[in-house]
Amino acid sequence: MGAIIIGLYAAALMLFGAPPQTVVVLPSADGHVGTVVVERNGEETVLHSAYATSRIDAEGGEHRETSSAAEVKKEFGVALGALPARPVSFNLYFVSGTDELTPASKLELNKAMAELKRRSVPDIVLIGHTDTVGSLESNDRLSLSRAERVRKALMQQGLKAQRIETAGRGEREPLVRTADGVSEPRNRRVEVNVR
Amino acid sequence: MSRSSVLATRWLATLILTIFASVALAAGDAGQVKTVKGAASVLRNGNELPATAGMMILESDTLVTGVDGSLGVTMADNCLLSLGPNSRLAIDQYSFDSTTHAGKFDASLAKGSLAVVSGKMVKQSPDAMRVHTPATVMAVRGTDFVVKVD
Repeated sequence: MGAIIIGLYAAALMLFGAPPQTVVVLPSADGHVGTVVVERNGEETVLHSAYATSRIDAEGGEHRETSSAAEVKKEFGVALGALPARPVSFNLYFVSGTDELTPASKLELNKAMAELKRRSVPDIVLIGHTDTVGSLESNDRLSLSRAERVRKALMQQGLKAQRIETAGRGEREPLVRTADGVSEPRNRRVEVNVR
Repeated sequence: MSRSSVLATRWLATLILTIFASVALAAGDAGQVKTVKGAASVLRNGNELPATAGMMILESDTLVTGVDGSLGVTMADNCLLSLGPNSRLAIDQYSFDSTTHAGKFDASLAKGSLAVVSGKMVKQSPDAMRVHTPATVMAVRGTDFVVKVD
C-alpha cells in the first residue's frame, strides 16, 4: 500500500520534481562498511566507503560527496540517537550428553542477565545450533528442540511462552567451520540473543 | 535438567520476570518498538495508534513522527530502524525465516530522516532489503546508513 502511494507520488514528482534527499553510508559499530546501491530512473550509484554520500538537489541534480562525522551528527543526530541498542548474543553449552550447563556457560548466563538489565524494553530469542553430524533437516529439528528445551525450563519457572522466541538454525551457523559429519562440541550450543 | 541448571534457569526466569515490561516477538510480528520520544504513532488498518515502547510492529504498518518525535524499532531479523522528527516510513513488506534467514523487507520513506543498521536477512541474500524514497530505490547490502527526504 505504502509502495503504491509512493509510486503514485513518485510519478507525480517526475512531473514536478522529487524532494531533495541525502543518503550516507556509515561505518558500523565494528568498523565494517557495507554498500548501498541508490537507483534512480534506471541509473545506479554505488556507495561503499565510510561516509560516502549521494545528495539529490531540488533541481534533480545528484552530487557524490564524502560527509564528515560532524555533518552526519548534525543532519541525522536525532534519528541515530533513537536507534535501539545492538542485539548481543551469549552462547550456552551443555555438559556432554546432559541438560546441564557447563560452568563457563553459567557465567555466560550471568552476562546475558546483566545485558537484559541494561535494556529498557528487552526481548530474547533463543537460537539452537548443531554441529554437522546428521542431515540438514534433522539438525534443523534438533537445534529447535534444544532452544525449546531451554525455553521450557524457563517456562516451568513461570515465564510466559510469548516472552521468549525460539529458532533453530541447524548446522548453518557454526562457530567453528568443519567438514560435514564432524562432531564439534563448540558448535552444539543455544545462543541467547538479547535484543 | 540437572539440579544446578534448574537453579540457574529458575534464577534466570525470576530475573526476566522482574525485568520484562513487554512481550517478545511472536510469529507474524515484524518488529518491536524499543525507543520513543515525543510525538510518534503507528498507522494500522486506518487507525492511528500512539507508539509505545514494547509495541509490536506488523507488516503494512506506517510509522510516523511529529516535530519533536523519534522512534526506534528492532526487526525480527535484528535489523534496527529509527526515525528522526517529521518522518513517515511505511513497512510495505516484511518476512523473515529464522531458520534459513531468507526474507524480504521493503520500506518506503515518504519524508523525514531514517537510520538503518541492516540485519540477518541481507547477510543471507544481499538483495533482500530495499528502501524506497520518492526519487530512488536503495538496495541495502549489509551496512549502516542514513537517508533523509526533505
